[in-house]
Amino acid sequence: MAAVTTTAQAAALHHDTHAGHDNYAAQLRMNRLGLWLFFISEAFLFGGLLATRFFLWGADTRPELDQTIGLIVTSVLLISSVSMRLAETAMERGNRRAFSIFILLTALFGLIFLGGVMIYEWGLFPAIYKGHLTPWDNKYGAVVFAMTGMHALHVISGIVFILIVWNLARKGSFSPERHWGVESCAIYWHYVDVVWIFFYPALYLIGNVVHIAAH
Amino acid sequence: MRLTSLGLVRGLIGYFVGLAVGMAAVVILRLAFGMSAWDQEAVWVGGLISAIIGFLLGVGAMSDWLKWTRGIETPLHHGPPADKPAWTRYFGVDYNHKVIGIQYGVTGLFLLVVGGSFALVFRTELADSGISFLQAGTYNTFLSMHAWVALASILLGIGGIANYLVPLMIGAEDMAFPRLNAFAYWINVPAIVTLLISMLFGWDSGWTAYPPLSLLGPVGYQMVFLAIFTIGLSSILGSLNLIVTMLMMRPKGMTLFRMPILCWAILATSIIQLTATQLIGQAFLMLSFERSLGMPFFKPIYDAAGVNIGGQPILFQHLFWFYSHPAVYVFVLPGLGVISELLPVFARKPLFGYRWVALSSLAIALVGFLVWGHHMFTSGYQPYLRVVFMISTLLVAVPTGVKFFSWLGTLWGGRLTFPTPMLFTLGAISVFLIGGLSGPILATAATDLFLHDTYFVVGHFHATIFGGFVFPFFAAIYYWYPKITGRMYNETLGKLHFWLMTPGFWLMSLAQMTAGTMGMRRRIADYDPALGVENVQLLVTIAGFVIAFSILIMIYNLFTSAEIGVLAGNNPWRSRSPEWQIPSPVPEHSYAKPIAVVGEPYDYGLAGSSYIAMAGAGDD
Repeated sequence: MAAVTTTAQAAALHHDTHAGHDNYAAQLRMNRLGLWLFFISEAFLFGGLLATRFFLWGADTRPELDQTIGLIVTSVLLISSVSMRLAETAMERGNRRAFSIFILLTALFGLIFLGGVMIYEWGLFPAIYKGHLTPWDNKYGAVVFAMTGMHALHVISGIVFILIVWNLARKGSFSPERHWGVESCAIYWHYVDVVWIFFYPALYLIGNVVHIAAH
Repeated sequence: MRLTSLGLVRGLIGYFVGLAVGMAAVVILRLAFGMSAWDQEAVWVGGLISAIIGFLLGVGAMSDWLKWTRGIETPLHHGPPADKPAWTRYFGVDYNHKVIGIQYGVTGLFLLVVGGSFALVFRTELADSGISFLQAGTYNTFLSMHAWVALASILLGIGGIANYLVPLMIGAEDMAFPRLNAFAYWINVPAIVTLLISMLFGWDSGWTAYPPLSLLGPVGYQMVFLAIFTIGLSSILGSLNLIVTMLMMRPKGMTLFRMPILCWAILATSIIQLTATQLIGQAFLMLSFERSLGMPFFKPIYDAAGVNIGGQPILFQHLFWFYSHPAVYVFVLPGLGVISELLPVFARKPLFGYRWVALSSLAIALVGFLVWGHHMFTSGYQPYLRVVFMISTLLVAVPTGVKFFSWLGTLWGGRLTFPTPMLFTLGAISVFLIGGLSGPILATAATDLFLHDTYFVVGHFHATIFGGFVFPFFAAIYYWYPKITGRMYNETLGKLHFWLMTPGFWLMSLAQMTAGTMGMRRRIADYDPALGVENVQLLVTIAGFVIAFSILIMIYNLFTSAEIGVLAGNNPWRSRSPEWQIPSPVPEHSYAKPIAVVGEPYDYGLAGSSYIAMAGAGDD
């Protein structure tokens, strides 16, 4: 029993002398686990959308989408993960100028991706480009809009996240040792990117094109 | 004190302001795009989303996060508000897990009463054949609302148990993310308001909201979809918080297999809630979009050649049951955990097969992901799927059986005492046995084809939920009441509650199953007296009122005993669990010093053993 009490007292002593550093490290571990649990949860949402796609279309059909645009927006999104990584590395090295440039570049890539999807796939601005799918005519339009829409919602929230982090860094938040805000923003961005790696083939590559007369 | 200093009041003001602003914004947007000003689906959906955000802003559940985005640090405030009476902290955002646990529990109890009252309304209609006072549409609305309000009450009740007890049981100061914890509670409140508003507009397909019926009904559906989506968000965030808390904040020496057994149940429940909930959120979101934008996910559209280029109604059933079956395990696992937690205390014996019980919770959770199709035996999907889902469903009986044998092994040769919590624990086992034994009959495709959509299903379901949640929840309330309030409940009233409710429930459940086998369909307002079920139906209704009356006795007991009950002391049940080694009611900072685990949790009756050591105190 004496040994136990000693350990407990040591623990208590440790607790009392908790420097800010220990608290931050413990909180950081919890934050990371929490974020990854959130990703696991979200994976079921995106998995459900993929299941919907295969349930309604089967593995052998897909709608006619603009392959060039698809390839461009996918490449832009993949490259944005690189710039995000460069931004995070810059913060780790304390290079705030490079951080600002790369994280804003990431947001710009994100905006280009969104623009490509909204203008060309959704046909949201018929003045620029007349889209060939609507959400309400058939199951192809419905699923394309559901999947790209849910993904776009995440890209938009990622861009908002980036702008908040950029603004905080501009005002002097974060340090090379402590930048959970930057780290979480970066992981979130990569995650949204990874989701697209599953969505892109499901929408653009798997199955044969089906032509449906206007309803 | 001004009324608006209560967070709840500010939230409700924010809700209705948000509703008005959101509806106006949609109308203006529609006019700007050259559409007609009024479309009830779009205007209500836009308004209600804005209303929920308005509530959260009003109550202040997001203020700290919004400050973070502007780089303002917000230290955690401890203790009751300085400038207001102490009770007001329960009506506003408070980050202490004990306050949030009480908020969850009381809201859950309140909804249980509301949802139960809805049942009494339509049970009265069913007491004899013929339409007496509820027209079919109103009947359907009450029936559907009974389900969702009661399900919401269960989710909140579980939130109460988990949030109050988990940090206490693992000796943690609080949950891992206190702000997220408060947020996850408070988003339930606007969701519940939205759910109740939907009654004014009606919705009539039962809680399952199967399309195509749910695509055609009144606008109340949209409110239900949004409300359930929001409550689901609360489930996800709450369970995320609980998992991190249990995995990262255990004290020295508390390995996973030395956690109190209730924590294992909560862990298994949280895994389901974290993941599967997304699917019902998605399914209801898709229904909502199909209604407001006409996106054909579930409604078939046939082209000139007769090919379906639209959706399929059965897709909804897959998405819906992928959550809604595991949800049943969400409802019962914490309750079964409470049974396993309480039995050793009142038998003064170790919990039989601790590791097996811990792993059985996890096993039920994991197998639960593979059984959703047993709700769809009659849906017309590929017949071979019936076999697959039948086998996976029957597999659930194995880990559930582990729990039953553990309970019997714990009781065997114990020195039993029978205060109210123990009575409710034993009542829970008896009721859950009724639900459990009627399960395989429905899991077997051949018998289910005859019993599907009858009152047999209703009887089975309610026995499972009462045995798995309601009875253990009441046991937990009576058991931890002295820890929460510092005073003992009235034992006589507690026993009266038990002896009214338990036989009442046995009667109700068995009568429902009887009516089902006699051919009584569920979810209908009227039935043919030639079925010969009128007497049985009358019995069910009377039993329902007896149960409701007994619950009123409990609520009276809880309210009065908080004032006049005898002081309970720190550990009236002589429990070994950490939360009983500290004062009752639990102080603001639960543990003055960190605890260390030095033994097994359930070694009751083993001389000289102890579970935890409190640093410095030394007076176990």
